Amino acid sequence: MRYVFRTNYRQDLAVWRHRGDVFWYGLLLLLTLAIPMLMGEFYVGELGGVFIFAIAGVGLMLLVGYTGLISLGHAAFLGIGAYTNSVLLSKGVPFLITLPIAGLFTALCGAAIGRPTLRMSGLYLAIATLAFGSIVGTIFQKWTSVTGGFDGFAVPTPYVFGIPLDNATGIYYTSLVVLIFVVWLSANMLRTPVGRAMVAIRDSEISAQSMGIHLARYKTLAFAISAGMTGLAGALFAHYVRYLAPDAFDVLLSVQFVTIVFVGGLGSIRGAILGALFVRLLPQFIAIIRDDLPFGIGRMPGLEPSLFGLILVLVILFQPGGIDGLWLKAKHWFQAYPLKRASGGRRQKSYARSERLR
Amino acid sequence: MSLFKAEGISVRFGGIRAVDSVSFDVQPGEVFSIIGPNGAGKTTIFNLISRIYNSTEGKLFFDGQDITRTPPHRIAGLGIARTFQNIELFANASLLQNLLIGRHCHAATGVLAQMGFLPSARRDELRHREKAEDVIAFLGLERYRDTLIANLPYGVRKVVELGRALCTEPKLLLLDEPSSGLNVEETEGMGFWIEDIKKDLGITVIMVEHDMSLVNQVSDRVMALNYGKVLSMGSPRDVQSDPEVIRAYLGGEVEA
Repeated sequence: MRYVFRTNYRQDLAVWRHRGDVFWYGLLLLLTLAIPMLMGEFYVGELGGVFIFAIAGVGLMLLVGYTGLISLGHAAFLGIGAYTNSVLLSKGVPFLITLPIAGLFTALCGAAIGRPTLRMSGLYLAIATLAFGSIVGTIFQKWTSVTGGFDGFAVPTPYVFGIPLDNATGIYYTSLVVLIFVVWLSANMLRTPVGRAMVAIRDSEISAQSMGIHLARYKTLAFAISAGMTGLAGALFAHYVRYLAPDAFDVLLSVQFVTIVFVGGLGSIRGAILGALFVRLLPQFIAIIRDDLPFGIGRMPGLEPSLFGLILVLVILFQPGGIDGLWLKAKHWFQAYPLKRASGGRRQKSYARSERLR
Repeated sequence: MSLFKAEGISVRFGGIRAVDSVSFDVQPGEVFSIIGPNGAGKTTIFNLISRIYNSTEGKLFFDGQDITRTPPHRIAGLGIARTFQNIELFANASLLQNLLIGRHCHAATGVLAQMGFLPSARRDELRHREKAEDVIAFLGLERYRDTLIANLPYGVRKVVELGRALCTEPKLLLLDEPSSGLNVEETEGMGFWIEDIKKDLGITVIMVEHDMSLVNQVSDRVMALNYGKVLSMGSPRDVQSDPEVIRAYLGGEVEA
């Protein structure tokens, strides 16, 4: 175990706990920067997709993992971001302006859905957001003058400082920058009153309120920020797929986002990124092994969605901490070796919570 | 002038009058205990004061201000903090984070400054951190500073909840059964904390409590409730010897 000897409160506020963190994350950053030079176009493109999903994953993580509100409508936010960005872009607005506008506009839409669903939680909120998702999907289909309806339209090539982002590498770097920005925002939130208010709402609304947290305000805010980040991801997603059509933003995509959050590990920004890696790379993995599977399983329709569902259920049942939890357990095992206790990763849950005010 | 005053406060749930025109006032610097059998309406009074429930009749005053219709999230900022009978801590956060949540009503920066972690947000954070550290030192919680609440024993959680309430820098502290679930030694310890809070920090305390030894140890005045009505009010000794109170606890016929 490493114990950090702190001599200053600033050390508690720092994003990096110690030099080891700086070293490893620095190495990771160098590696991600170098990947387009080391790997082929296909892999760079796939990793760009991972980054885009990780941005949306971080956004959803703030909502689900930290504020404790579920959303099955995040594909709609991705779509709103994508359409806002692309429509503005085709009107000649430069990409460096359309990208933030896509984020802000989607954040407004998020606040608009967050406000009326304030009193909902759990299953009811899931249904409400699901309905929101399908309404937005219908708007994408029917508002042909703007979205092009079912036919969709080709997304114009974005330019950043005069450089066209028309290849996988361009999208890769842009997404990486946005991902780092989004993670930085989240880290800041989590070390200041906003993030703590969200965590407080998740763990106990009643005492959050008694500590002076305005529930309505912070729930709406959580929705807005979550949607805004997903909107940013949507803007990039439009350039990733290059051709926008409404059927890309269906319920299955929302379920994929939820899978990212749960499989990655609730309540962890790192988990959102790990979850995105998992969700984006699993289909590739299936594609690779598809022909080698026995009994023709690989050729069965619906293999991918059912596998996603199965994994989601298994993770919720047996690994509530997700991939991030596994990682922490493994880390703890090595740090404590050979003194690991059988109950090391388990938390006691034997306290009585007040039910009287619910 | 009294710090807190309730004037004929009542609340009805359907046909049940949980609290029935209760009036009392609390002087600055005193420990005021509310006792009574189960279902007497003690916790309901707390929920009325922290504005989780709306009163059907009556008025509440704090520090000369009418708080009968103040929204619940404003109460902490006015200087009223509370603890809960069954512990409502944020279980998946560390002790330090829990205390920092108690600082929420003193946040001096906006959301955007916090998201960008501007210098003002950093300064604010350091200020909160220092105050939380004061409370940790006051309650002797140093060794649990970075422990998750879910991993703390029950007795410690009770103290943490007290600490979180203290972090809001209250003028009035509402303690809902501070000794429930604690053993004899821990209850005694809790009594010492309450005395320290009153003497060293000068905070006024309203306490709902069943443990009469704790009530006797710390209270200046006691109010006994039954079926939402005030039975008796006065010094701990007077209230306990009141025949009405004895009857409410032990039962028995109403004799002339």
